[in-house]
Amino acid sequence: MCASGKYSSRGPALIPRMKTKHRIYYITLFSVVLLGLIATGMFQFWPHSIESTADWGLDRRSVHDAPLIRLPVANPIPERGDLSCRMHTCFDVYRCGYNPKNRIKVYIYPLQRFVDEVGVPISSTGLSREYNDLLSAISDSEFYTDDVTRACLFVPSIDVLNQNSLRIRETAQALAMLPRWDKGMNHLLFNMLPGGPPDYNTALDVPRDRALLAGGGFSTWTYRQGYDVSIPVYSPLSADVELPERQPGPRRYFILSSQTAIHREYRAELERLKEENGEALLLLDKCSNLSQGVASARKRCYKGQVFDYPQILQESSFCVVLRGARLGQATLSDVLQAGCVPVILADSYILPFSEVLDWKRASVVIPEEKLPEMYTILKSIPHRQVEEMQRQARWFWDAYFSSMKAIGMTTLQIINDRIYPYAARTYEQWNNPPLVKWSSVNSPLFLPLIPPRSPGFTAVVLTYDRIESLFRVITEISKVPSLAKLLVVWNNQNKSPPEDSLWPKIAAPLKVVRTKENKLSNRFFPYDEIETEAVLAIDDDIIMLTSDELQFGYEYFNYLYTYKMPGDIKNWVDAHMNCEDIAMNFLVANITGKAPIKVTPRKKFKCPECTAIDGLSLDQTHMVERSECINKFASVFGTMPLKVVEHRADPVLYKDDFPEKLKSFPNIGSL
Amino acid sequence: MQARKKYVLLGLCACCWLLLFYWGGGVQVRLFKLLGRPRGEVVRPWPNWTDRAFLPGYAQLEELQTGPGSAESPRQRHQAWTGIYKDSRCRMETCFDFTRCRRRGRDGFRVYVYPSEKGERVSESYRKILMSIGESRYYTTDPREACLFVLGIDTLDRDQLSGQFVPNLDDRIKGYPLWNEGRNHLVFNLYSGTWPNYNEDLGFNIGQAILAKASLNTEHFRPGFDVSIPLFSKEHPQKGGERGWLVRNTVPPRRKYLLMFKGKRYLTGIGSDTRNALHHIHNGKDIVSLTTCRHGKDWEKHKDARCDHDNLEYEKFDYQELLHNSTFCLVPRGRRLGSFRFLESLQAACIPVLLSNGWELPFSDVIQWNQAVIEGDERLLLQVPSTVRAVGNEWVLALRQRTQMLWEAYFSSVDKIVLTTLEIIKDRVFSHISRNKYMWNALPGGLLVLPEYSTHLAHFPFYYLSLGVSPGQEFTAIIHAVSPLVSQSQPIMKLLQVVSKSKYCSQIIILWNSEKPPPHRSKWPPMPVPLTVTDGRRKTSSRFLPNVAIETEAVLSLDEDTVLLTSEVNFAFLVWRSFPERIVGYPPRSHFWDPVKHAWGYTSKWTNEYSIVLTGAAFYHRYYHYLFSHYLPPSLRALVDRTSNCEDILMNFLVSSVTHLPPIKVAQRKQYKELPSPQGTKMSAPWANPEHFTQRQECVNSFARWFGYMPLVHSQFRLDPLLFKDQVSVLRKKYKDLERA
Repeated sequence: MCASGKYSSRGPALIPRMKTKHRIYYITLFSVVLLGLIATGMFQFWPHSIESTADWGLDRRSVHDAPLIRLPVANPIPERGDLSCRMHTCFDVYRCGYNPKNRIKVYIYPLQRFVDEVGVPISSTGLSREYNDLLSAISDSEFYTDDVTRACLFVPSIDVLNQNSLRIRETAQALAMLPRWDKGMNHLLFNMLPGGPPDYNTALDVPRDRALLAGGGFSTWTYRQGYDVSIPVYSPLSADVELPERQPGPRRYFILSSQTAIHREYRAELERLKEENGEALLLLDKCSNLSQGVASARKRCYKGQVFDYPQILQESSFCVVLRGARLGQATLSDVLQAGCVPVILADSYILPFSEVLDWKRASVVIPEEKLPEMYTILKSIPHRQVEEMQRQARWFWDAYFSSMKAIGMTTLQIINDRIYPYAARTYEQWNNPPLVKWSSVNSPLFLPLIPPRSPGFTAVVLTYDRIESLFRVITEISKVPSLAKLLVVWNNQNKSPPEDSLWPKIAAPLKVVRTKENKLSNRFFPYDEIETEAVLAIDDDIIMLTSDELQFGYEYFNYLYTYKMPGDIKNWVDAHMNCEDIAMNFLVANITGKAPIKVTPRKKFKCPECTAIDGLSLDQTHMVERSECINKFASVFGTMPLKVVEHRADPVLYKDDFPEKLKSFPNIGSL
Repeated sequence: MQARKKYVLLGLCACCWLLLFYWGGGVQVRLFKLLGRPRGEVVRPWPNWTDRAFLPGYAQLEELQTGPGSAESPRQRHQAWTGIYKDSRCRMETCFDFTRCRRRGRDGFRVYVYPSEKGERVSESYRKILMSIGESRYYTTDPREACLFVLGIDTLDRDQLSGQFVPNLDDRIKGYPLWNEGRNHLVFNLYSGTWPNYNEDLGFNIGQAILAKASLNTEHFRPGFDVSIPLFSKEHPQKGGERGWLVRNTVPPRRKYLLMFKGKRYLTGIGSDTRNALHHIHNGKDIVSLTTCRHGKDWEKHKDARCDHDNLEYEKFDYQELLHNSTFCLVPRGRRLGSFRFLESLQAACIPVLLSNGWELPFSDVIQWNQAVIEGDERLLLQVPSTVRAVGNEWVLALRQRTQMLWEAYFSSVDKIVLTTLEIIKDRVFSHISRNKYMWNALPGGLLVLPEYSTHLAHFPFYYLSLGVSPGQEFTAIIHAVSPLVSQSQPIMKLLQVVSKSKYCSQIIILWNSEKPPPHRSKWPPMPVPLTVTDGRRKTSSRFLPNVAIETEAVLSLDEDTVLLTSEVNFAFLVWRSFPERIVGYPPRSHFWDPVKHAWGYTSKWTNEYSIVLTGAAFYHRYYHYLFSHYLPPSLRALVDRTSNCEDILMNFLVSSVTHLPPIKVAQRKQYKELPSPQGTKMSAPWANPEHFTQRQECVNSFARWFGYMPLVHSQFRLDPLLFKDQVSVLRKKYKDLERA
């Protein structure tokens, strides 16, 4: 095109000679333009079409279409897991980087089918339903990235959930073949059934270099604290059986044992407990004579009596979860689902997600050798606590056990919390069921501090233009010894505040802040000028404050008012020019869970002189509007956070028959 | 014409090109992306397999439920374990003898300290540790009933170059008949290893002993067995300890400096990597990171180019000033993983930013550190500024308060550090009656929450708000009776009537502490609520025995000669429900510091302040009964019994030390007892006796000595009913009786 530009610029000189040349020139020009357009169109749609056809193809793909990879015998095998691995030695944090969302990126390897040299697959099951669910959940989550270069954590698509179906050596070789394996750095493996006969190790036996292991059934000797994640053994029953949540409370049986593979010594011990305590215990076992076609996994028997499993679990307050050959038991998941409090007897077992979940609030862990004392121990737990544990157990199941998705997301969140510890979820977020989260109060100012007397308080006076009244208020306040600062919020945009020389002379520093808009909410704006913790907020039409009363200041949460108050409410207040004080009360009650404290009697809070000029509070509609406010605010907060109390705070010697001069605050109540 | 045509064409041409670039921009990027990816690595989200419904389960139901039953007998397994899992692989199950702790039932956790040998030199810090154990309620002098043993030999400093290093430890401890390979022993240590590596070597074989050590490395830490303790200096106070420096919450919570560090820079050796890099984040404005090379004898030998400049800058700032005025404080590793700096910044409410990879944080078993500190990574030093800048104001406020909470609950004195260590081990021994993590991490801290009382949060006075529940609607009244029943007109009779009329009263207990046996049931008036009489065995402290008969959370404690109105009882109870963790009642008293006598004074004068509300007419939570009888040392209770006095002051000390708040006085009544009639001198109450008063002065001082500080807090307000003494119609007032009282 540059050429053509040059050409045309030279054009006039060439015109007479180049008539035909011109035509050619036009043709070339147009064809170039056309070609350009076509090419653009092509480029525009071509990659799209590739992707969409690929997607389309993916959806129609079967697991068996995954590429087949043959593993040469001589392929390297990773080292066995290093027990001293920790996040700061075996994990590459640089891959995760600093990001404002504080979220790790997880990459999933595409599915491949590994076979050995003779063509025998490395796993008898291949991809299992559960592992597929887990990987889909990860790929649907916010953790997922398809960009391998930006990933921080890698999840292989090789299914190692159940060690029994694996060929250990070949699986290890397959892991080592992964393109980004790099000594297992930042790789995460999920395993639920570790170990194999006869000694059943408590961690996956597949050599795996430095890979992180999310394992079910860790013991304290194999679990690398702060590195591995202990996960539950998923119970596929929970997908089939719907157990509706039951109200916590005493149930038909006190203790139930539903496991079928209990060591005979322990079974004998349980039998003995049953003999001693009778009906309160129910010991179930396998059914020996079931008719054909009935799944034995769903039935349990006691002396010929047949019970449905897992429904029977809901009939008991406590359910025993004893270790088998493995420490992790799928029964635990069933028990939690039934809202039965698990009694865990498995020495050295690392409970699922124990890094973040407080199991003491949802279960009873008893050392194995204390099995004979189980009944007495459980009986000593108060009823109310048992109910809370039942609720907590069910909530744990709902939130962290109910599906492979829940298990996978919890695992990733735990790892995320380690990499970005300053953005980690808190104890309350992990452990409080939603109901408690709503009703409980975790005040940001939870520490009881006795504020020192020296700093005093800041008085914030909101004013429009009533200068005389304002000046009188200022003079009154300035008599208070603990006044540290006086802040006048000038809410009138049309009029400037009076000149400096006109203000009353007071000892404390006085500062006037002009606002941009006439808003009542301005009173609670966290002005930088406020340096004290206590803030006294007053209207300019209150003139009858005697100076003593100010010593009892309200502590106002100005900061919260501006930044945390639901937006609806602030708009309402600004629109109606009313109720800003009620809104503040709502907020403080909601945050602290306490009623405000009324200090000393003062009912008449307005000045007699300013009758109906422009005093807001005297407006006829004022009271009506204020009741409306309360209803509106209650609906925004979702609950009624205000609490009714019958007390108010007075000075210790208030209205006592006592010489006035001995009292600290003799003026109070003199009006 | 032609020229115009050409220009039009030219314009068209340019347009096309623009269009091409406009669309093509995206194209190029996409093309680039496609080419940039190595072949075979074209990745997409995990596919929705067509045959996903037919995928096999990861395990058969049978396999999951029946599983492989373990062939091995549990007993055999346990024996096998103790053989394998010892020394560096110790766990409570294999290296600890639980039977030793069961000899006295639930009360079996007893600690024995080896007597110190003649001429044995013990460092100041170790002496404090031993003293704390000796004064704790777990101490025993009888090794046969002990569950835990503590060496008399100083093991705190195991640096061979140190003057306090004790040689030949191995040989000496092997001579102890009770050593038993270290089983059930607790070994304290602050410093291990020596220059240049400062490794975890203690210089002797601790065998199966539990290690309570500062600067523990996660690799050597035996989880659930060892205890990581903080590094503390020899000036660390034995008891009480300084309070945290946070006295007020400023909003917004930022201080003058964002982040600060002032300390040594190691030119060589372990830990120098981290400290050498610290100057990179110094910006002289809101981030102050100062290092000096000037330490040790021969620093000038290793001196590098930065040293002189750094040393100069270093002198410009004062450490204490920075500590007070910084929002965050860097706590990098020194030669060892932990440093004094950690406790210093914790106390100063300067949020610690840890740069100490592999440090097992103090009491990590129970404390949720991520809610009090920022855990950085030595490898990511340069990210620290942006990380701390990104921490929101509200979180800063929360972190800062939590530093104070932890400081005061677990670190402010050697006593607390040692007791926390013991309580953690005790929680492991009696794991089914132990504190949950919430108890450890919420106010007032784990040491004041005794799991033997209950493991249920709602049974304690501290957690109502966070659980979203409120205390029960009823109370139990306990009347302390000391004088025999002679007439039906005695004050106690009137009191019974008054209390039983309250609609919130569920039962009345009379604690009979008189020399005469309690009167027959029929002597008591008929009552709408159940009345029980229990024997107090004539001990004053029995007043606060945790009585199983108390079923309500609220307890109303009364003296037999208390004068109250039913409406006063009701009003006080309603106030208590708003403040369930405090003492709420009528008769106020006060303490003061007497500069002449250099002692605390006690006064019953009516002043503008009070710090004590006597338990002659007061509501409090029943948990305080349990704390009174089990948390306080027997010596203080013995003092109360010996003098038959001061039990109410002790209760106030206890509650204020737990809550850090004053009690609450309600309504006007001050005189809560009938004045002794001038003629009936024979009947004069003990409290009218002047000696009684001096005793109380002494009590205040001996209690303050045990607590190590003065826990009582003054208050200036009382709570009155709304409309109290207001000039409105009497009919509108709910508690009109109170104005006449």
